[in-house]
Amino acid sequence: MGERVGLEVSIAAAEAVKMANVDVIAAYPITPQTHIVEHLAEVVADGELDAEFIPVESEHSAMSVCCGSSAVGARTFTCTSSQGLALMNEIVFITASMRLPVVMVLANRSLSGPLSIWNDHSDVMSIRDCGWIQVFVENGQEVFDHIMFAFRVAESQKVSLPLIVNVDGFILTHVIEPVEFWDAETVKNYLPPFKPVNRLHPDNPVTMGAFGMPGIYTETRKAQDSALIEAKPEILKAWQEMADLTGRHYKPVESYHAEGAETLFLTMGSIGETVSVAVDELRAEGKSVGQLSLRLWRPFPFEEFRQAAAGAKRIIVLDRAVSMGGQGGPVATEIRSVLYKEKNMPVVTNFLCGLAGRDVTVEDYKAMFEKASKMSKRRVREEDYILYGVRE
Amino acid sequence: MAKTPKSELELTWKDLEVGCVISNPGNACQYKTGEWRSMKPVVDKTHCIRCGVCYIFCPDMAVHKTDDGYFEADLYYCKGCGICARECFTGCITMIPEVE
Repeated sequence: MGERVGLEVSIAAAEAVKMANVDVIAAYPITPQTHIVEHLAEVVADGELDAEFIPVESEHSAMSVCCGSSAVGARTFTCTSSQGLALMNEIVFITASMRLPVVMVLANRSLSGPLSIWNDHSDVMSIRDCGWIQVFVENGQEVFDHIMFAFRVAESQKVSLPLIVNVDGFILTHVIEPVEFWDAETVKNYLPPFKPVNRLHPDNPVTMGAFGMPGIYTETRKAQDSALIEAKPEILKAWQEMADLTGRHYKPVESYHAEGAETLFLTMGSIGETVSVAVDELRAEGKSVGQLSLRLWRPFPFEEFRQAAAGAKRIIVLDRAVSMGGQGGPVATEIRSVLYKEKNMPVVTNFLCGLAGRDVTVEDYKAMFEKASKMSKRRVREEDYILYGVRE
Repeated sequence: MAKTPKSELELTWKDLEVGCVISNPGNACQYKTGEWRSMKPVVDKTHCIRCGVCYIFCPDMAVHKTDDGYFEADLYYCKGCGICARECFTGCITMIPEVE
């Protein structure tokens, strides 16, 4: 393994992209993603990385460039946040349907309006159904590891799908953390050269991105959905091989004191570590509580989630986005559906918190636990989602 | 893909190439574009001078030359746009309504 250094997580992310030896980077600067692409622009300009850095005029163009470069067989990276993702939305869906293994770091930030640059998950939830593999990480080391993982999985010929690594904006991107770098040999062993399934080349011309008539569209959707579902074995394999190389084990659903716990918190992203502290303190008080962290969001790990949640009486789902006019947060809505067929379905209580960077502390999570414990155990109730901390 | 191309209505989802790539050039000719037509061109050969202006102007390359030197539209592709009738020097092409 390489050395362990303390540095800003954005810089660690950029260094991981550099070590993955990408060929093309196309990105437009947007807070809080900026430090990642600025550093990449530097390493390309300084000749440390032999790649094309394409400074485009918008995110729509950034993702379009990524499609083109990936289609000719270039290892491709982009990075954005919030409004940037909203602007590239059209091409995000097309990248997946064309099965182009572009890797994106999404520095999660709230969507306007009101205009806000701070962290929540409203950006990624807006493209929930885009067909990309989507993972969440909790700390700097996980960011570094998951950039290697991203290229490895996305470019696997059995997968050939784009992949988003969700990194909480500011809360994670801008903090300084200890990160163990991989040495060049480990990267080489883990990440083979990109060999695309199909590519644009004059020797073997193909058409990419053709239109589909009503007579074929349904079949294309089935093929794309199946490809995403069938990516899971490769995802698990990539995590296993990473564990063999680095000693760090990652799973689709991470558990912390979950076994036998009556109440489970469900987290995604960087709030997970704060919740773990709250779980420690609550357990010290004798409370039966544990935690699940959803690392793999798409394809959804149904089997692993049901297994990890088995036996729990209540799940407190912490959502970082509001599904307007719906049933609270997008994650809780989905978790209820996932558990619906279970014999002893746990009560799913949904707290929407940490919107646009509002701090959520250990004390807040403990307060949510106390509040949930006093709530009825019936399955469907009006108070099933609570916008935590909202001033009435 | 050396297989005999199936029509889009025969293809199952498993037949599709990764990313719906088309590796079989020119297969757009399988699309039956003539289904949308509400009018079709009819040529009066007694006035036709076989100049081929209809062949040149057809935006869908649906008009072809027949063995006797006249031109006619392939109704599998002809959308009935009427450009051939408009451009014909002698006015020998008439657009007539399609009836089921």
